[in-house]
This record gives sequence, C-alpha cells and structure tokens, in this order.
Amino acid sequence: METAFTPVSALIGGGLIGLATVILMAGNGRIAGISSIVGHLLPPLKDRFALPQSAFFVVGLLLALPVYKFATGAVPPHVMTDNAVVLVVAGLLVGYGAARGSGCTSGHGVCGISRLSARSIVATLTFMGAGVVAVFLLRHVFGG
Amino acid sequence: MRAVVSLFAGVLFGIGLIVADMTNPAKVQNFLDIAGTWDPSLMFVMGGAILVTMPSFMYLKKQEKPLFGEDFGWPSRTDLDLKLVTGSAIFGLGWGLGGFCPGPALTALPSIGTGTFLFVMSMLAGIWASNLQDTRNANLGKVQY
Repeated sequence: METAFTPVSALIGGGLIGLATVILMAGNGRIAGISSIVGHLLPPLKDRFALPQSAFFVVGLLLALPVYKFATGAVPPHVMTDNAVVLVVAGLLVGYGAARGSGCTSGHGVCGISRLSARSIVATLTFMGAGVVAVFLLRHVFGG
Repeated sequence: MRAVVSLFAGVLFGIGLIVADMTNPAKVQNFLDIAGTWDPSLMFVMGGAILVTMPSFMYLKKQEKPLFGEDFGWPSRTDLDLKLVTGSAIFGLGWGLGGFCPGPALTALPSIGTGTFLFVMSMLAGIWASNLQDTRNANLGKVQY
C-alpha cells in the first residue's frame, strides 16, 4: 500500500524524538535506546539502578497515543499485516536482534549517529540494509 | 525528579513517533521498499532527530554531570564485533518483515490491535532470550558473540 511523502511532519516528529532524547540525557544522563530500556525491565533484572527510570520511560511511551488522541482527536493511520505467523517471527527477530546488536533505530540510529559512533553507524547501515532485503523478499519475491 | 524526566521523555518520544507516522508499519515498509512504493519520509525523521540531538550531545559531553543524576551514561565501546553486525542484521530482517521497531511497537500498543499485541509479546520474548544468553555466556566465562 502506498503512503504519501510527508517530509514536514517527518521532520517535526523527528525533532520531537530528538528533543525527548536530549531531555533524557540532560536530565538523567541516560541514552534513549528503546531496546536497552526494555531489556532492563526483563529478567535477570541485573541493573537495579536503571529499573525504575526505564519503567517510567516505557509508561510514558504507552501514554503517548492516548495523550495524542485526547489532544488532537485524530487517530493515527495504522496498516499492518494480520498474518499471525509473520508478526510473531518479526517480533522475535526484532527483539532478539536489537538486544544482540546492542541497540535499535533509537539507540544506534539517533543517539549513536549523533555521537558519530562507528559501532552505531555500522549497526544502522546493517539493519537498514537487512530491512530493505526483507521488504524486497516479502513484496517482490514472495509477493506478500 | 528522575522519574518525572523519564516519564515526560517517554511521552514526548512517543508523540514524536506518532507525528512522524512511524507507528504505521506500512509507512516504515515503504521506506524500505526502494524497488517499489518507496517513501523517503523516514530519512527526514532520522534527520530531524539527529539535527536536534547531535549539537545537544556535543554540548552535554562537555558538562560534568546531568541535572538529576550522578553521571552521564555515554556508551564506551568502540570495537566492531561480529555480534553487533549479526544482531543488527537479524533486527533489520524483523523490522522489514513487520514494519515495527521497538519504540513504535510499544507506542502503538494501546490501540489494542491484536497484531500489535502479538508483535510486542514476541519482541519481549526475543529480548528476554538475548538477556538469558548473555547471562549464560557470562556464567560460562565464554566470549560473547
């Protein structure tokens, strides 16, 4: 399904993501990497110090959609596959891969690139490349 | 105060993802579909985020400590290892397949879609599995890969 090119809302949304990232670092000294933050909330819970603030950040993420809907009255568009097998496999790959690779789109793609970290630049190029391959196979080879 | 900062940053981060339409898997997949219905919008999301973050991080790196914490948790690793590349490749395959990365998936969760719920539960299982593997490798004194 086609989506419209929306550079302005993309820039504004990206700016807000950046602002949130800066607030978390300036206030608490933490990197806004979602996969790491979620990892702190799952066993073995070895980083007791990171636990409460990670929990508050995730609660904030979960509140964002209700707050957005309340403030704007708009329901953001959402189109995804209803194939349960695809969703479970995709979820497992995203969770396991991001944790193994020490970060996802936020930790590597935004925070890491902003620090000009070689590790994050390699990671970002790798997951974008793999994402292009996955979508190519899904849409143009297997015709999903 | 740390809790308030975390909560506020989480809400703002999520609203940014919604405004940028990253909570829409079709949008993400179109960004990755360079051979088909390519939509370059997400380049602008990343660009907008980095435009704000990079100069701010440069400033913060010169500061001694954060407003409400003991120290800055700047990542310290600089080595390029196989685990980084294989992990990122696995993540990327799932990202393309489902159109969700961790932040947008959690943000979209309150929409109570069955698909999003299934994805998030599987994602949590995946992160948990990686935690377990790290713990086991550490106990065995093995090199991580």
